[in-house]
Amino acid sequence: MSETVQRPPGVAGAPSGRPSQGSAALASLRRTGTVLIQQRETTVFVVVVLLVLYFRLLSAASSSFLTSGSIANLTQVAAPIIIIAIGEVFLLICGEIDLSPGFVYTFAPFLMHYLIDFYHVPVIIAMLLSLLMGVVTGAVNGFLTVSLGLPSFITTLGTGFVLLGLTDTTSHAEPVAIPSGAVGIGKWIGGTSYSDAGYPYTQIIWAVVLVAIFHVVLTRTRWGLHTIAVGGNSLGAAESGINIARIKYGNFMLTGALGALTGLQVAFFTQTIDPSSGGYTPMFYSVAAAVLGGTAMLGGSGTIIGAFLGSLMLAVLTDGFTAAGISANPLSIIFGGAILVAMIANVQLARLREAGRRR
Amino acid sequence: MTAMAPESQAARADDDALRVEHVSKRFGALTALVDVSLRLARGEVLGLIGDNGAGKSTLLKILCGFQPPDTGRIVLDGNEVLLKSVDHARSLGIDVVYQDLALINQLSVYHNMFLNRERVRWPLLSNRAMRRIANERLKQMGINLESVDVPVANLSGGQRQSIAVARAVYGQPKVLLLDEPLAAMGAKEAALILDLVRDLKQSGQVSIIIVAHNYGQVLEIADRVNLLQHGMITFDKTAKDTSVQELNDIVIEEYRRALQERQRSA
Repeated sequence: MSETVQRPPGVAGAPSGRPSQGSAALASLRRTGTVLIQQRETTVFVVVVLLVLYFRLLSAASSSFLTSGSIANLTQVAAPIIIIAIGEVFLLICGEIDLSPGFVYTFAPFLMHYLIDFYHVPVIIAMLLSLLMGVVTGAVNGFLTVSLGLPSFITTLGTGFVLLGLTDTTSHAEPVAIPSGAVGIGKWIGGTSYSDAGYPYTQIIWAVVLVAIFHVVLTRTRWGLHTIAVGGNSLGAAESGINIARIKYGNFMLTGALGALTGLQVAFFTQTIDPSSGGYTPMFYSVAAAVLGGTAMLGGSGTIIGAFLGSLMLAVLTDGFTAAGISANPLSIIFGGAILVAMIANVQLARLREAGRRR
Repeated sequence: MTAMAPESQAARADDDALRVEHVSKRFGALTALVDVSLRLARGEVLGLIGDNGAGKSTLLKILCGFQPPDTGRIVLDGNEVLLKSVDHARSLGIDVVYQDLALINQLSVYHNMFLNRERVRWPLLSNRAMRRIANERLKQMGINLESVDVPVANLSGGQRQSIAVARAVYGQPKVLLLDEPLAAMGAKEAALILDLVRDLKQSGQVSIIIVAHNYGQVLEIADRVNLLQHGMITFDKTAKDTSVQELNDIVIEEYRRALQERQRSA
């Protein structure tokens, strides 16, 4: 490992380097360690790999973990968490949180169904309007939070409940089938589990593409930089002329749209529009995934890649226990423990990183 | 009450980089600025002193476009301006170093230097260009940093202050506002900042208002001193005509008066 670390060319082979070769190797090993610690995502990545190995060993006899079928299943668990987590990372970084995307998720496919079956709106337009409903929900969250100055923990809970009630009232809490006209295009949105051809990886492909895009948005664009600035020092950002309201509105709207997209995807995948799908679970998993991936609850820092790995970790945990034939009942204990351990590790590693930088 | 500002104002109005005329500002029940008029000649360094809560920061936040005044006029280079935002003031040539510096701890030195005026090759940030320019500028200004990639959280107080100054002068402003740039700073670090201001002054390109508490340092750098008391300018003298002693006496008298008022109301 130490040999693969970059060294200034010529230094390693130089005669003067000879006597201290051992210590040089040690130093470069330490440098590798420091670099790894400085990457916030490393911890989660290591945990994911360890979990995969653990479950692989555990289920060696039955061998149902990480067979091609179960990999597809794993990605289907992970994809919705990943996609909503992207929005939550942006919101958490700029100092807010959204508890409503799970309810946007539930309502979006119903809205599409009403538009197509009752109002004869063309399929594509109906889908776009459903996504727009997510954006509008985000704008309402932004208005309540930013313009009226209420805490997002409460405002988004409120809008979430309203959407839940809207879904249950309009659907009479009954599941319905996907409008037949939308099935074809649905394969491109959410894949499907039934047809022989099947598109089992559609959701994870969307998720990975969105992760790639929004990783770049967060790390390489003005929007990302200003999102970090708003969460890191809100007054300072305002004094620099950054429009804080615009950033927060935008990130709420992004999260709403991603919630709606996820809802449509899962509905297409299961071929059913189910009022019991969505809700708190995907939202809490996404926030947990963001935090596991090193996003600070207090704002100012976080990564999309970290949230991606955090989502995988939660999916592997869920899937691994099932595959290994262990009861799902203690799963929440493991989840809670994992989140707590990850939080503690993140704080401790942040201290180590600080120390590493100051040296 | 010594020489009032308005008399000296009319005489050489053409030379003024910035004039403030009868500006007032209230925050609810609190009157921050009653009726402030002052002038800043071209190339001049004006020291603005006054007690905590006298309205110094409020005045600066109005002049940099962060807050609008309730009444009054701001005249820049002979033209009345209505500052709509920080960006707008910046585009007109007014830049500021806030007392709190407005640095984002989590961001690197060069991202802070370019905050809200980033170099962009749409849709991406031109990090390489920003890094290079930040390096050049800091070197030119004699500010030594190990790297512009480190987050500003890791810098010393003096380094942070100098980054904030470097950021403000990057756009080559005509008017530079410095709010307490020397507060909470060791002698060595204060000397670094004073040197920066002196260099700017010698360049002759920029007029500066500097708010400070340490009268020795103010007289070291300023051409003229204005005192802000209870939301009004009550004292306007050139640095040559006043002394640390005189400024101290004024403040001590204010303190005595406050003490008497307390005793009377008790």
